[in-house]
Amino acid sequence: MNSINRKKKLNEVLLDNALIIALFAMIIGIIIIDPAFFQWRVVTDILTQSAVKLICAIGLMFTLLLGGTDLAGGRQVGLAAVVCASLAQDVTYSNRFWPNLPNLPIIVPILITLGLVACIGLINGLMITKLHMAPFIATYGMASAVYGINQLYFAKKPNNSQPIGGIKNSLTVLSRFKIGGQISIMVVIAFAILLFTWFVLNKTTFGRNIYIVGGNAEAAKVSGISVTKITIACFVIESILVGFAGILEVARTGGANSSYGNAYEFDAITSCVIGGVSLSGGIGKVSGALIGVMIFTFISYGLSFIGLNSNWQLVIKGVIICTSVALDMRKNAKK
Amino acid sequence: MDEYRLRMIDITKTFPGVKALDKVQLSVRPGTVHALIGENGAGKSTLMKCLYGLYRQDSGTIEIDGKQVEISSPNEALKLGISMIQQELAPIPYMNIVNNIWAGRMEKKGIIIDDALMLKKTQKLLSELEFNISPKTIAGTLSVSQLQAVEIAKAVSYDSKIIVMDEPTSSLTDAETEHLFKIIKRLKSEGRSIIYISHKLEEIMEIADEITVMRDGHYVMKSSIRDITIDGLINLMVGRKMEDRFPPNEHIVKEEISLEVQNFTSVNPKSFRNINFSVRKGEILGIGGLVGAQRTELVESIFGLRPIADGKLVKYGKEIHNANPKEAIKNGFAMLTEERRATGIIPMLSVFDNTMAVSYKKLCGNKIGLIDNKRLQKYVDQVVSNLNVKTPSTKTPIENLSGGNQQKVLICRWLLANSDILILDEPTRGIDVGAKYEIYKIMRKLTSEGKSIIMVSSEMPELIGISDRIMVMCEGRQTGMLEASAATQEQVMSFATTSSKTSRKSR
Repeated sequence: MNSINRKKKLNEVLLDNALIIALFAMIIGIIIIDPAFFQWRVVTDILTQSAVKLICAIGLMFTLLLGGTDLAGGRQVGLAAVVCASLAQDVTYSNRFWPNLPNLPIIVPILITLGLVACIGLINGLMITKLHMAPFIATYGMASAVYGINQLYFAKKPNNSQPIGGIKNSLTVLSRFKIGGQISIMVVIAFAILLFTWFVLNKTTFGRNIYIVGGNAEAAKVSGISVTKITIACFVIESILVGFAGILEVARTGGANSSYGNAYEFDAITSCVIGGVSLSGGIGKVSGALIGVMIFTFISYGLSFIGLNSNWQLVIKGVIICTSVALDMRKNAKK
Repeated sequence: MDEYRLRMIDITKTFPGVKALDKVQLSVRPGTVHALIGENGAGKSTLMKCLYGLYRQDSGTIEIDGKQVEISSPNEALKLGISMIQQELAPIPYMNIVNNIWAGRMEKKGIIIDDALMLKKTQKLLSELEFNISPKTIAGTLSVSQLQAVEIAKAVSYDSKIIVMDEPTSSLTDAETEHLFKIIKRLKSEGRSIIYISHKLEEIMEIADEITVMRDGHYVMKSSIRDITIDGLINLMVGRKMEDRFPPNEHIVKEEISLEVQNFTSVNPKSFRNINFSVRKGEILGIGGLVGAQRTELVESIFGLRPIADGKLVKYGKEIHNANPKEAIKNGFAMLTEERRATGIIPMLSVFDNTMAVSYKKLCGNKIGLIDNKRLQKYVDQVVSNLNVKTPSTKTPIENLSGGNQQKVLICRWLLANSDILILDEPTRGIDVGAKYEIYKIMRKLTSEGKSIIMVSSEMPELIGISDRIMVMCEGRQTGMLEASAATQEQVMSFATTSSKTSRKSR
């Protein structure tokens, strides 16, 4: 009887940590196939690749915690990238988006970009709170509109939909400069945002109110919490975060075009869900978003590293998403 | 100081198509318990929502301590010293009790939330109120009565001058109700005013000082509790003479046994065990006990909603197995759950759909399940008129009906399914006096047609008034079986507390 119990408990522990176990099994498997994987550079590469995704995932988490979502997240990354790049070109560059633009300090394009996406977040928030639209459909409409606007802007003469290049050093330095020659500033920024978000969500009234509204909006209302304010604030924060991710994409790639950021919101949402954030709101930790993003990046990086066919990579990604959500449902059912 | 703590004068509120409140008056003195009574739909909750800033009245004024106030959000109501225990309990399910109580007014050190201080304050609050719950419990895991305790603690914690309690005892046992009354008396002695909404008139006679009666959105009268009787109150509420609270028992119980439950034992060792009873044709068997007696668990297991470790069901001499609700329904069982909103009605669907929910396949008349509304309409019309469901049409969404009528639709659902063993778990919870009587009449009518009813009820008068026999449970064990005609509340109570007394002694 006792040994059966113990066996059952072991099973539970294994299932509860299945994702981490699977991750380690894959790491070991990949190292066996190609021992070169076992090196410091791989870690720094994965961290660097995670940085932008992590910021997007944290952004989307603000909306998921409310039981909402932002399907325009990826398109806002794209718009932010194009707008920021168009304003942050070197004055000496030959194909300038705005040929007569004076030399702006880098903070100007960044602030303009963030202000623009903040407005998009505000409109999303207003549609959801004042017009009582379902976040899913309101932000889907917004995604279409944002992409259209981005395309129109991108096609403006004299650019004519050409990729924007010649980005200023003061922006690209974010990805080029590496602390100790190893970890880029982007990674540091991403983790700083992660820590700050953790602080806001766990230690401040605003953060606690997000969980309360997401857990039960009606209860929040009768407790004197403004559901409208919290919702709008979350959508604005989310937009600013994905907009910032777009700026970092410009820094990382040294350029931009209007297809940047496509479907980033789905990767971000999936990462959050893998990390245990509930789509119906009220449940989710910053650490979960981090783990989700890491697993995601690791899969694509690791599997490419051993030269696995990219279509197989998609299959494995799909299996991992479904399995992790199934495991999560099981945990919830137990409670 | 003004004579009245609160005055609501000529409050009118119109919803599309309905005048919910028409020049309603309410005056509450400091340091008193003021009962607000009326049938469901009389407008009590609407009036309280105007007071709490959840609705805005179309006209009329609200005065607190003689000063006119505008209340446009719960936040403002709280600031003015008004707090409210909601009728529909709404916890934040994933958060602990501490967060549930202090939601919206967290203690802070600078900008950082002071969890330790809130925990301490919660502990103090709960122990002052003698609620024995750990403050760190996640709200989603609490029982209904524990949630109610949390709501009460929350309302008290606001330190309000006016506390509205909307059906605070709907899921409390008698002992827990006594406990609440002790708290209310303390609040009263501190000079606070309590507005107390309840359908339980015995309770009101016990706790209230003054009373306001409402009917159909109108103010009927205000009186001191000393000048009024229960029967008088009922007449004022329903606006007609009501001779009896229960329909006469015509003793139609047949000899024939319809269902035998043998040695039913849950897989959960903390739940019920070794339950044996039988129900006869035409009988209403009441199951009484305190919250935690595992009555709901027992009847849900009979219906196949929960697994059993041991036990047998024999229906009309034939052994049957209800492994899941689908089989139970096939075997002629019906179940009205305790939580009508959560597990009974499908709120946005029509009365028609809610009635047909179990029977579409059976009554559609073809093998592939094509639905011919015209054909089904006559079945629906028949049961709906048979049970006297008050609804504008069968196309009306069920959520627009009163609680009593919703419950009737659910009974219609099972009548169409041709069930002959009906399990009713708290069938009149949150239903007003007039509608209760109709539900009782329906129960009697069904038994006179040869059906058997198993009813779980926490309302003592109902248990004794409508049952033929009463089985009492305590902490998962069967502790007594009484003939209802000879039973007293004291007897039921002593059986309901039997096992805890003995186990306490043995410890």
